[in-house]
Amino acid sequence: MNEMPVVDAEAGTLLPKISAKKVQVFYGETHAIKDVDLNIADRTVTAFIGPSGCGKSTFLRCLNRMNDTIDICRVEGDIRIDGEDIYDPKVDPVQLRAKVGMVFQKPNPFPKSIYDNIAYGPRIHGLSRSKADLDEIVANSLQKAGLYEEVKDRLDEPGTGLSGGQQQRLCIARAIAVSPEVILMDEPCSALDPIATAKIEELIDELRENYTIVIVTHSMQQAARVSQRTAFFHLGNLVEEGETKEIFTNPTDRRTQDYITGRFG
Amino acid sequence: MSLPILVFVLLALSVAGYVLGRGRAMASAGGDARKLHSLPNYYGWFGFLVALLPAALMLLLWLPAQSVVIDTQVSAMISDRSAAESSRGLVMSDVERVAEGLDLAVDAGVLTEEQAASIRTEFTDVRERLGEVGVALGSDVTSETLQAAQRYRALSSTGDLLRTLAVVAAALAGLAFVYRRAASTFRARNAVEAVVRWILILAASIAILTTVGIILSLIFNTVEFFSLYPAWDFFFGLTWSPSFGGGSELGILPLLWATLYISFIALAVSVPIGLFAAIYLSEYAGPAVRAVAKPLLEVLAGIPTIVYGLFALLTVGPLLVDIFGDGGVLGVGWMGGGTAVMTAGLVMGIMLIPFVSSLSDDIINAVPQAMRDGSLGLGATHSETVKQVILPAALPGIVGAILLAGSRAIGETMIVVLGAGAAARLSLNPFEAMTTVTAKIVSQLTGDADFASPEALVAFALGMTLFVITLGLNVIALYIVRKYREQYE
Ligand SMILES: Nc1ncnc2c1ncn2[C@@H]1O[C@H](COP(=O)(O)OP(=O)(O)OP(=O)(O)O)[C@@H](O)[C@H]1O
Ligand SMILES: [Mg+2]
Repeated sequence: MNEMPVVDAEAGTLLPKISAKKVQVFYGETHAIKDVDLNIADRTVTAFIGPSGCGKSTFLRCLNRMNDTIDICRVEGDIRIDGEDIYDPKVDPVQLRAKVGMVFQKPNPFPKSIYDNIAYGPRIHGLSRSKADLDEIVANSLQKAGLYEEVKDRLDEPGTGLSGGQQQRLCIARAIAVSPEVILMDEPCSALDPIATAKIEELIDELRENYTIVIVTHSMQQAARVSQRTAFFHLGNLVEEGETKEIFTNPTDRRTQDYITGRFG
Repeated sequence: MSLPILVFVLLALSVAGYVLGRGRAMASAGGDARKLHSLPNYYGWFGFLVALLPAALMLLLWLPAQSVVIDTQVSAMISDRSAAESSRGLVMSDVERVAEGLDLAVDAGVLTEEQAASIRTEFTDVRERLGEVGVALGSDVTSETLQAAQRYRALSSTGDLLRTLAVVAAALAGLAFVYRRAASTFRARNAVEAVVRWILILAASIAILTTVGIILSLIFNTVEFFSLYPAWDFFFGLTWSPSFGGGSELGILPLLWATLYISFIALAVSVPIGLFAAIYLSEYAGPAVRAVAKPLLEVLAGIPTIVYGLFALLTVGPLLVDIFGDGGVLGVGWMGGGTAVMTAGLVMGIMLIPFVSSLSDDIINAVPQAMRDGSLGLGATHSETVKQVILPAALPGIVGAILLAGSRAIGETMIVVLGAGAAARLSLNPFEAMTTVTAKIVSQLTGDADFASPEALVAFALGMTLFVITLGLNVIALYIVRKYREQYE
């Protein structure tokens, strides 16, 4: 893991964790992402907002190359994480996904025990040397996801038996267990009630200390509460990006203004 | 009146009911359909159904009742002495054949109606006369049989007449009812819909009742078999050697052993191949391959099993002999002839491949995409995902599919009849000919079997055993599959 922020030697400025340039995404003939340039800062929460179908999920899935699993999907442009081109043929998408974790809209625990759900990633990547090691990773990840107290006595019960909110935190713990640097979340709270949502939001705020987080959300309030930066997408274009406060109080683009005041979308 | 004509008359009366119902309703509304409670056609259908259904029901109940009544009356005429010689049932079937022969003779004009009712064995060679019209009898007709047959005919013709009267009367009563009720205020639509609902219920119950009927007939015959042959010897006997002359040994174990052995080989072939094919098709194959391969596999499933049987007999058997037989490629001489457990097992395995693969394919596809995404999103490769997430998630369903395939293998008949041989044998050598439960059911009942002997009735006991085994497997399999489905809903 890269503890020191990468610094551009010439400019002497902080480089972003993720930088995307001229990204185009096509699903067959559909042009889903049009020429998007975006920098995502390290250890901040960046929110993607925009009306349904504008390409938020598509762009998010470019960042860990999940789009590779869709046959008809084609990605063009340049996306770098820590300065390394993730679409370079030398990069193994499978390795990349361990570094860039993902949490999905619907909680999707595996039909295995809580323990095995968390241990799944570390086992695949050989992150533990012993059983004790693995136990520690599991306990640690559950703790970071704020779930440990609730499940510590029933780690061998199926993960699918938890409540929706617990399942989603389990999925976050599962992602954390492989020590990613970036966590992508696609509408992680849309299947949850307000209390479970509040818990997750709290969690996101804590995780910000150690991870770069990108979250797609349909809730303006949520974006305002958890994110420091916000990017607004519309019809496949990135309309504007900036400090969350700026975007919500003082948007420069007319479309952003219409969207956040609820005039469309 | 013969039955087809009666049915025709009944239908004609029902059509009259339609016309009557519709006409009466329109008349009562003064020709204005809007004043009717229901559309005019509903009154028509009401008339049709009321004329048809009670009469048809009457007819359906009458038919078996009449034959039971006649049977008991006629069978009372048979003396205990001749009943003791062979069984009463056999004498009765003779009586029926003679009666049928007389009918044919009258139809053909060889005998007049009076002659048929009055001929005596003392004066006429009845067997020869009936032979002339194409009714072959196994033995000479005794005078007792002939008289019983004549009585049978007399009772039948009275019964038929009464039947006609009863059915027509019921239909006419229906028409009278329609005449009184079909008025503008009558809720014909509701009445028709209620009847339609009952018809649907009836169809559903017929499906269930036939199943019950099949089971009952199996049970009765099995019980009869066990009254002639000890159950212990049947279930635990190690020899199967039926002889219609008596003194048979009817132990099921050699048959059951071969059945299970062949099914095991069939599953050992079909489960890995079918499962891997399903994994390839649902996880790795591109849409183009899928589009071709899936229908091809389904064609394989549609081939009649007799064709597989021929394949076993003519291709696989000789091929195996060339390899494992005397002077074969391996020079081991394990295999004497082409028919063997291995032959039948291999071919049955091929038959089951599409069955296993299409069931497994459905089950693998039912594993939600979210599960795959979750695994891939953690940096698992595709094959790790298949192995560690998709297969475990699909496992209960796949086990269910395997059990279903097993119960098909156990019940399979044509392949073993042609491929496995005819000798009942308890042996471990898969290259030996053996014979299965299903194959023996076929051979015990084909040919001139005497249906009252234990050698024939044993078929029902065999069938019952198979039924219980496959039913058990199916119940377990369905339970597992259903349980698995719930997991994702
Ligand atoms: N698998 C796919 N195949 C074809 N087209 C797709 C696929 N996924 C997305 N698209 C198309 O790409 C465009 C962007 O979709 P995307 O899912 O990124 O939108 P979104 O902003 O996440 O919407 P939502 O807020 O509803 O989740 C849409 O027009 C959609 O129809
Ligand atoms: Mg989306």
